[in-house]
Amino acid sequence: MPLTGFLGIQYDFQWSVLWTGEHGQWLVQGIWTTLRLSTLGWVLASLLGILSGALRTVPFKPLRVLATAYVEFFRNVPLLVWLFFWYFGAPQVLPRPAQDWLNVHGPEFWSAVVGLSVYHGARMSEVIRAGIQSIPKTLLEASVATGLSVGQAYRLIIIPVALRLIIPPATNESLNLLKNSSLALTIGVAELTFMTRQIETYTAKAFEALTAGTLIYLVLCLGIASIMGQVERYFRIPGLIARVGRAEH
Amino acid sequence: MSFDWGTVANNWKFLIIQGLLGFGAFGGGTLRLAIPAIVLGFILGVIIGLCRLAHRPWIHYPAVLYVEFFRGVPLVLVIFWFWFLIPQITGQRLPEYTVALTAFVVFEAAYLGEIVRAGIQSVPRGQIDAATAGGLSYGQMMVHVILPQAIRNMMPSLVTQFIVLFKDTSLASIIGMMDLTKAAQTVSQREIRPFEMYLFIAVVYWIFTYSMSRFSQWLEVRMSPERAPTRRAALREAARAAAA
Repeated sequence: MPLTGFLGIQYDFQWSVLWTGEHGQWLVQGIWTTLRLSTLGWVLASLLGILSGALRTVPFKPLRVLATAYVEFFRNVPLLVWLFFWYFGAPQVLPRPAQDWLNVHGPEFWSAVVGLSVYHGARMSEVIRAGIQSIPKTLLEASVATGLSVGQAYRLIIIPVALRLIIPPATNESLNLLKNSSLALTIGVAELTFMTRQIETYTAKAFEALTAGTLIYLVLCLGIASIMGQVERYFRIPGLIARVGRAEH
Repeated sequence: MSFDWGTVANNWKFLIIQGLLGFGAFGGGTLRLAIPAIVLGFILGVIIGLCRLAHRPWIHYPAVLYVEFFRGVPLVLVIFWFWFLIPQITGQRLPEYTVALTAFVVFEAAYLGEIVRAGIQSVPRGQIDAATAGGLSYGQMMVHVILPQAIRNMMPSLVTQFIVLFKDTSLASIIGMMDLTKAAQTVSQREIRPFEMYLFIAVVYWIFTYSMSRFSQWLEVRMSPERAPTRRAALREAARAAAA
């Protein structure tokens, strides 16, 4: 189907390149790798975020300094630089057995997992800290004044409120992680963007390949955002006048 | 494993002058890309933000679509789109620098537009009523009443987004633009010293982004309304000193 006219561009659309031959399979594999990478990265980033977020509030100064240094250093350097660092630089300082393990299990994927989770862990830590700080001290005082113990106040009031306040910014950050997983193509992980490029290279049909990649990312992001929007509405705190933040992505 | 920081020292000129500043045979340069991208992105962002707040649906909805679209796709894909589309439309291959700059401005304007919108919405409605009652036109109201307050409110998120943009410029290396990341890649391939090289540029990036984030914290304190009386007092003091 040759198409001409628009701004004088001549382009021959062939949407069938997206499913002929192995291309459809490539796209599915790409989606699967993107989801696997993002999920794994998300779990580890959340753990790192919670751990470093908690360490930044302990009364022991060296631990606080260490956690702050981690957050400030890792979140302020581009993820791409970290990916190159973890893939090209870091393995050479690992002990021999660890290097062998990496070479057997695919160093690209695992470097990307480490890069994504360490970078986003630092960013997640900031989200968690901001959520905790947004709770007024008087809420704890009021809970205790009604006769709850401090432990009960945390378990029944503070943590449930904090978790709900964190939902919108944490969703936002998780979607950033999903979109950032596309950078793994630079170190050769065969995720969605990589597969899109591969179809483009094999068929020279850039428009179709890029459209497919773009639509898949849009569906993933908007889908997760709308699910989390529902969750957020379901868990909305009735007393609050306005939502603190909206589920941005 | 022994480290060799000498390679960094030997190549600092290429890394900093060419990669960071963009002076040299390759063009490009992280700062030479980041600064125009921030300025142009902010201008487009203000336009997008104002369009989103417009009441006319044919101005409002395209702006909503623009923001939602670009915030739902990874920047890498947007760069590849422009890499492919610009030669198709203009009929000629443009340098990587131009492609990267266009992609950054278009992409970041979606995020900056949201910040501008939130900033304007954070100004209490009463201010609009008061300005209108005072007989100001829409333009006068925006320039003298709403935007000064809005910009104060959006300053911290704006600087945060500029930091994100600064870090994002590293992606220009994917299409081959010679920025700090690409320079480190080039040197590291020749010298086979990836650990030292990437750690070094991480520190260079960090120096810039961390100073920007400290500046944002300083601004937040300085521009908070509670500080306004002292600021006015300081200005009076300065004026008196200048007059004397």
